[in-house]
Amino acid sequence: MPQLLLELFSEEIPARMQAGAARDLERMAREHLAAAGFLPEALKTFAGPRRLTLVVEGLPIAQADRKEELKGPRVGAPPQALEGFLRKAGLTQDQLVERDGVWMAFIDKKGRPTAEIVAEMVEAIVRAFPWPKSMTWGTSKLRWVRPLKRILCVLDREVVPFAIEGIESGDVTEGHRFMRVGRGWGGQPFKARDFDEYSKGLIDHFVVLDVEERKARILEGCKTLCFARNLELVEDQGLLEEVAGLAEWPTPVLGDMDPAFLDLPGEVIRTSMRTHQKYFAVRDPAREGLAPHFITIANVQAADGGKVIAEGNAKVLSARLSDARFFWDEDNKAGNFDSWLEKLNGVTFHAKLGTMAERVERIAALAREIAPLVGADPDKAEQAARLAKADLASLMVGEFPELQGLMGGYYARAAGLDAEIADAIRDHYKPQGPADAVPTAPLSVAVALADKLDTLVGFFAIDEKPTGSKDPYALRRAALGVIRILLEGEHRLPLNAAARKANHINAENPAGQSGKMSDQVAPEVVAFFADRLKVTLKDQGKRHDLVDAVFALGDDDLVRIVARVEALDGFLTTDDGKNLLAGYKRAGNILKAEEKKGWKGEGERRLLDDASAPEVQLHDALRLVEPALAAALAAEDFTAAMRELASLRGPVDAFLDGVFVNSEVAAERDNRLKTLAAVRDAMGRVADFSLIGG
Amino acid sequence: MSSKPQAEKPKSFQSLILTLHDYWSAQGCVILQPHDIEVGAGTLHPATVLRALGPKPWNAAYVQPSRRPGDGRYGENPNRLQHYYQYQVILKPNPPNMQDLYLGSLEAIGLDLRTHDIRFVEDDWENPTVGAWGLGWEVWCDGMEVSQYTYFQQVGGLDVSPVAGELTYGLERLAMYVFGVDNVYDLPFNDPDAPLGHLTYGDVFLENERQHSEANFHGYDVAVLKRQFEDMEQQVPLMLARDYQGKSLVLPAYDMVLKASHLFNLMNARSAIAVAERASYIGRIRDLCKLCASAWVEQQEEAA
Repeated sequence: MPQLLLELFSEEIPARMQAGAARDLERMAREHLAAAGFLPEALKTFAGPRRLTLVVEGLPIAQADRKEELKGPRVGAPPQALEGFLRKAGLTQDQLVERDGVWMAFIDKKGRPTAEIVAEMVEAIVRAFPWPKSMTWGTSKLRWVRPLKRILCVLDREVVPFAIEGIESGDVTEGHRFMRVGRGWGGQPFKARDFDEYSKGLIDHFVVLDVEERKARILEGCKTLCFARNLELVEDQGLLEEVAGLAEWPTPVLGDMDPAFLDLPGEVIRTSMRTHQKYFAVRDPAREGLAPHFITIANVQAADGGKVIAEGNAKVLSARLSDARFFWDEDNKAGNFDSWLEKLNGVTFHAKLGTMAERVERIAALAREIAPLVGADPDKAEQAARLAKADLASLMVGEFPELQGLMGGYYARAAGLDAEIADAIRDHYKPQGPADAVPTAPLSVAVALADKLDTLVGFFAIDEKPTGSKDPYALRRAALGVIRILLEGEHRLPLNAAARKANHINAENPAGQSGKMSDQVAPEVVAFFADRLKVTLKDQGKRHDLVDAVFALGDDDLVRIVARVEALDGFLTTDDGKNLLAGYKRAGNILKAEEKKGWKGEGERRLLDDASAPEVQLHDALRLVEPALAAALAAEDFTAAMRELASLRGPVDAFLDGVFVNSEVAAERDNRLKTLAAVRDAMGRVADFSLIGG
Repeated sequence: MSSKPQAEKPKSFQSLILTLHDYWSAQGCVILQPHDIEVGAGTLHPATVLRALGPKPWNAAYVQPSRRPGDGRYGENPNRLQHYYQYQVILKPNPPNMQDLYLGSLEAIGLDLRTHDIRFVEDDWENPTVGAWGLGWEVWCDGMEVSQYTYFQQVGGLDVSPVAGELTYGLERLAMYVFGVDNVYDLPFNDPDAPLGHLTYGDVFLENERQHSEANFHGYDVAVLKRQFEDMEQQVPLMLARDYQGKSLVLPAYDMVLKASHLFNLMNARSAIAVAERASYIGRIRDLCKLCASAWVEQQEEAA
């Protein structure tokens, strides 16, 4: 069956857009082919620095003939309606057939040649391609990510002829931008009539088509270089993806770095290598830390084995690291923290939330409040919080924003500050993603929580809550960070009070025009936490109805909430749990019906003299369970609480099976209802069982 | 593309410039001289900002001294200058083989394209003070940025059609790389074997860097700068309102915008502009620039 090969050859496509472009091309091609009635055997796309490629296997040479059925106006409809229908169908009235009082047209549609459909498809794809950013060039009206130069389009080894804004399709592409067989430089054109010729032609012309192969080539090359020198590659997946989009013939080259730079923090060296130069760092397994080398991924295999490339890159790296050393030395000068804090007065955090200096004041005040709740010293917490954002004004963080916090930690240590405070400054942004660890030292926890709570309360107060997929201030991440810190460290923080305090501090420190300082903010933030926690627990496979049942109690201590959900989850997998839940529902239904009729359950429950055995049994059981349950809950021993509830199961079952609640004797009826209500109340102290599915 | 037999490799800063002049002249560019007003970048020369607008073809190359008052280091930093040179090429409409033409220019100044690692790395260029942006790359040679390559999409807030391609070479940095020099002041300014004697970049410019660094950071009177800025600002609408033979005086008006822009840079270097004011100053310059751009396009279209 015929094969379709399409290549869109352009000037250099930004590395970060290539993977998305391959996916978009695949999706659009599938949609177009499906709309034409084709079901190809295989469809694959590739993206690289200068080309997007599509190969489709198993297309027919033409569409199948089709019969189309068109429903027209009713017989006897106004003549205009009929005329319109005939025009649309391209028929005359004698060709119509009457069916059930309606004019029908049966049209035989000849299948069109696949080549025609492909030509239309390519034009439609090119014109509608969803590049994140596109441009025009020269006098052309076409938009593409960078100028589009060639279109190779062959079906069943024949060129599919068409032209888009003056670019004619053909069977020619070209190889590597610089490398070629023989002397000189520059892309050599070659012909390809199918995918085999195309892939072979690319390799012969120094182009690796498949990004996975480029990545493998890079990793393999790096490891070979490292092995020869007894070094270890510092792997970096994000960097690998990027450099694989920057070279058609990726060729790792190892260069030297002046070992004198090794006294800079390893993070600084790695960040400088990665962000500015896209180099991989290497480790020396014999010593702790980095080795004085780097690996750059060149696009050419140079005649001199990459000597000139290595030297040139080494020089650039030296200049970069000299800058970094300058920043490091300047930043480490005495007295910097004071001048940095002064500078934060001039840094806007958010137009409605004031300057960074004002934010620091808020975080410091809040950290002081939170400290005793997480076992930290309030004075130290306030001090650490006050210094936590200072490094934003440092030269190094100005250059590498991703080193915020980390640099503050280094500088604080160098300035002779308490190690605990330095660690709190370093770790207060944590966790910065699902893979990042949470801070555990009490002081770090206090500052990290204060930082995140201030963010959440501030943005909620000015009505900048996340909506749908939009979360520009990363509030979900902040909330999740708080949740993880509290749960993983088992910190008992009453969130309601904390959010109210944060809101209060925010309102007292009105940085500009903070929106509503109403009482609404704290509950909204707490509800937001509840929401995020539900998502987290659901992700861990906890039943969402159990989460709801526990949340309904209005607790705001996340550690306790999760312990409850876990105990409840365990309980409901037991026989006792399942049966008690069923009993609860029966009791609940009876009570609901009676309460509707006006039963209020006033007065004490007591055991009537002529009570039946099940009544006595449940009454006694409740008398035992109630104080024990209260004690277990007070001790937050939820497993014990569940055990207490479990002991109600037998008596509850016996009561519901053996006692007629709606006795004609008013006192009996009232007392039996009160007994059931007591069961409901006891269980309700553990969770709202009415929200749990059967 | 294939390499032609090489003319002699440049040996000095000035012969590097002459080589680029020869190269782009041979491609059909008019070789212009620098604009005689202080600017922060070669792009701001009216030969780029204004000529990129309107329908008429335009191919030009020139050197433009560029002033970045805040970058001065009193001649003590081997890489940073408050006054340096950019080589600027503007091709409108950009020819289809513009990348190859550019690479040819690197070859002309002595870079072997099979030995060095040349890359086109995404970099979208934007200059908010002139309301301009475009898509393109920074061009890397062995990891060093040697040029900025941009396809203009908007200038002065107006869409450009046809599209102009812009190349900006940082001349000192490029020269340091080509000649293997680590300190800009050690660059050979003219041929080291010149019969009348040899001067380095430092011989020519070190004192200039020292004095201007001091002036930029401490010398200028902020109140005067501010007043001058406002004076320039007021001149622009006056020039644009003045009719001379059926046209407004857009070229002089644009010069006033450039002067205002430089005065803003000086105030900035003196840290005389608060963060909140900064955006407003930039907005004021951009608005003036937009007025000039619109007036210019009108005149171009009338003439076309």
